[in-house]
Amino acid sequence: MGWLRQLLTRHRRYDELSESIREHLEEKIADLTDQGMAREQAEQAARREFGNVTLIEERSREVWQWPTVESIIADLRYTFRQLRRAPGFAVTAIVVLALGIGASVAIFAFVDAALLEPLPYADPNRLMAVNESSAEAPLWPLAYPDFVDWQRMNKSLSSLDVFAGAGYLLRTRDGAEPVTAGRVSGGFFRTLGVRPILGRDFAAGEDRLGGPNLTLISYGAWLHRFGGRKDIVGQTVSLDNTGYTILGVLPPSFSFALGGNAEFWVPINTLSPHEQTRNFFNFFGIGRLRDGLSRQTAQAEMTAIEKQLQKQYSNQGRDLTAQVVPLTEVFVGNVRPILLTLLGGAGLLLMIACVNVASLVLVRSESRRREVAVRGALGATRGRLARQFAVEGLLMAAAGGLSGVLVAAALMRLLSKLVPKDMAANMPFLNGVNLNVHTAVFACAVALGSALLLAGTSTARLSFQKVRDGLAAGDRGAASRLWQRLGANLVVIELAVVVVLMAGAGLLGKSFYRLLHVPLGFDPNQVTTTRVNAPEQVYKGGKARMAEFSREIVERVKRLPGVESVGMTSLIPAQCDCATDRPHFPPRPYHGEHNEVDERHVSPGYLPALEAALVRGRFFTEDDDGTKPGVAVINESLARQFFPGEDPVGQKIANDEGGRDTEWEIVGVVSDIHEGALDAPVAPTEYFPLNQTGDNSFTLVVRTRQDATALLPELVRMLHRIDSNLGVSDEGTLLAKIEGTQAALLHRFAAWLIGGFAGVALVLGVVGFYGVTAYSVSQRTREIGVRMALGAQRNAVYGLVMRQAGWLTVTGLALGLAGAVGGATLIRKMLFGVAAWDAATLVAVAAVLGVAAMAASFGPARRAASVDPVQALRSE
Amino acid sequence: MVKKSEHRDLFPGALELMILKSLNWKPMHGYALAQRLKDISEDYLQIEEGSLYPALQRMLKTGWLETEMGLSVRNRPVRIFKVTDAGRKHLEHELASVEKMFAGVTRVLALAGQ
Repeated sequence: MGWLRQLLTRHRRYDELSESIREHLEEKIADLTDQGMAREQAEQAARREFGNVTLIEERSREVWQWPTVESIIADLRYTFRQLRRAPGFAVTAIVVLALGIGASVAIFAFVDAALLEPLPYADPNRLMAVNESSAEAPLWPLAYPDFVDWQRMNKSLSSLDVFAGAGYLLRTRDGAEPVTAGRVSGGFFRTLGVRPILGRDFAAGEDRLGGPNLTLISYGAWLHRFGGRKDIVGQTVSLDNTGYTILGVLPPSFSFALGGNAEFWVPINTLSPHEQTRNFFNFFGIGRLRDGLSRQTAQAEMTAIEKQLQKQYSNQGRDLTAQVVPLTEVFVGNVRPILLTLLGGAGLLLMIACVNVASLVLVRSESRRREVAVRGALGATRGRLARQFAVEGLLMAAAGGLSGVLVAAALMRLLSKLVPKDMAANMPFLNGVNLNVHTAVFACAVALGSALLLAGTSTARLSFQKVRDGLAAGDRGAASRLWQRLGANLVVIELAVVVVLMAGAGLLGKSFYRLLHVPLGFDPNQVTTTRVNAPEQVYKGGKARMAEFSREIVERVKRLPGVESVGMTSLIPAQCDCATDRPHFPPRPYHGEHNEVDERHVSPGYLPALEAALVRGRFFTEDDDGTKPGVAVINESLARQFFPGEDPVGQKIANDEGGRDTEWEIVGVVSDIHEGALDAPVAPTEYFPLNQTGDNSFTLVVRTRQDATALLPELVRMLHRIDSNLGVSDEGTLLAKIEGTQAALLHRFAAWLIGGFAGVALVLGVVGFYGVTAYSVSQRTREIGVRMALGAQRNAVYGLVMRQAGWLTVTGLALGLAGAVGGATLIRKMLFGVAAWDAATLVAVAAVLGVAAMAASFGPARRAASVDPVQALRSE
Repeated sequence: MVKKSEHRDLFPGALELMILKSLNWKPMHGYALAQRLKDISEDYLQIEEGSLYPALQRMLKTGWLETEMGLSVRNRPVRIFKVTDAGRKHLEHELASVEKMFAGVTRVLALAGQ
């Protein structure tokens, strides 16, 4: 601790030292005056013999100091003073850096959480999604009997389990509430390496058909529904009017992206008739690779097993193949393009910010030539001056980095909030988005990088400059050649990067616009929707009872004020091409061809309520009920694809309804309704009457005369009045649901964020351009003065400046446009309905930036032209 | 600006050694010390008065010296430099090695030309 005491007592030491020296001189002066010298002379003599008092005191003090540290502290002080003297420069530089660093750190936090952090399971790299894949869908779930065979036959996985999403009506004190759940095979949690924090996991045999009704509950459900009580294990909850014994509580860190926010996890020990067939693909497989085996080995083995099963069960024409891919790929694969796009955008923004600050530094170092020269002349070595600049760079980067982290924290919170809850449930990684070690390291690295760049710019400037030249009074040369070279290059780079960002934003914005203006085939405005789960006693009553129940709902909803029309569907449009079917068309021969179509179950009022256009035949009526032969309506795409040149009305569609072959007579053709995701093409679609399929849940679609949201509360209250055991969920307007789909959101995020980056970049770029031009003019005042004195016209001077600015702009634009096409090609996955080289966008970007740059150089050009030659020549 | 090269007489440590020896004989304040060194060296050695101070500070820092308040011959309060035990030990050790060195140098100088 000696050094600490030394540090603390240093000032006392300094005082003592000064005192000693003073005493010394006093004594000496006294001696000299005793010898007869006059006081004044004595003082002079004493000092002469003593030596340079200040220097000696300084040297003596240094004994107590750490030379390097102290001189760096001196540098810091000096830098602070410098920055205080130019607060505009300091604030601008720090704000610009904070924006660049903040944006990139925030986006990096998302990238880190989604793409870099491992999934929250034991040894997640060995976890594979084990499924099938088809030409249309890269990921195709398993049929249950296939899963059982795969599980039994494979040797490359130490375990294979399946998950299927489910929903139940949970009985609560206030009635019934729909809850999301997961159905899993018995070893599911062991495969993931997740252990309940309370109670136990499913035991062997509990997932055998006819096994007991058990459930594990999520940590969230435990806290919010059961108050975190320890005695919850062994208690019973009512799901769909069946008692389930709570077996345990899952840890808080547990999440399974496909399960969303599932609260109840039950073993698969009952199977619907569909699920018992090899044609109902509803089970998502996860497997753990055996130690030492590669993914390829497992893939090869599964493919062989798949082929063998197809032969064994003579499933001809099935074009499914086994697929083993890392689980991470499935969970975060869909957000990778957007995250990488955003990271790229943020990186470009950071680059502009750095270039901008670097050119600011350059401008300043230009005006500090004298200072540098004086310090050099006084003996500062080049290294010493470079250190001064390094300290300045570090200080600004540190300030920029710190404020950048604040910006990043705010941005992260904002962005996380922008993700709707439903979607966030499928992105468990969002919880991991925060300022952690990774982001801190990244922020430090970025700040350090910019510090190096800033220091490097100044030092490069320094090493080009012959220190002593700077002393030769008054920078006679025209704006130094170096400045023109470096500064101009920097501004060209800056403009080019701005073009890339703006073009990216333009393309993504256009994609988003195109996406929102995809022909939907229906009017999504003023439509409100609500998911309804029928109470068990109703749907146990059969199709007739369900039909009666839905009729009652329709009648009562119709009587609500402002309601125009009402319909029901199994799945609202523009969401996804899920719930598909593989029909065939008798009497044509069928060899198991893979005819993939969307399947929707709808009420008679549904298609009219959507205001979909009837092309041929008729829509459903109340007469099409369970007592009549099955009927179907198909969309135009299906008609085109499967009945080319024929009239489909009156023909038959056949499918496999839970193992029974069922035939439906086509009674009508409806114009294409965009059932699938907005960025997917319209799929062929078949509609069956809800009254004939007898689904126990459906989505109510209500067209209103006024604002659709206003109706919602009344609608929900009314539904609960019909039956308190009725499950009501997912209420919202159709428009909001469409805009809240993953396709729309991803495009919206990309467009807005890159748009925001581009906006900031444009401002920075134009300001930077202005700065460079203005500076160049101010440096050339003398030269311009001389030109004018020699007879140059004002217009010529104007032209001189504008021409130079124009060249820089054109070079920047050209480089930028080339870069933009390249960049857009990289993000083509994010583009929809627009090509990477979309001419309109590129021309618009070039025009906007060109005009902005010319406008920015107009002011300096005017100033140049209004130079008074006499003044300019005299002012030196 | 830091310059390591202190102005040192003769050989490294010589000034310190002379200071130690003088102060060991009698604790003194800075001026008295300077006078003493000047007197006894009889202008053989050019010691700038001021150059004593960095040396004194170094020795204070190392712990060979300490200061206390005292009175000058003119009865003024002054800071007196005193040799500590560590300083004395160092002095003895250094004196021995310096004597040896001088003996060696003298011998070489005496015989080298022959």
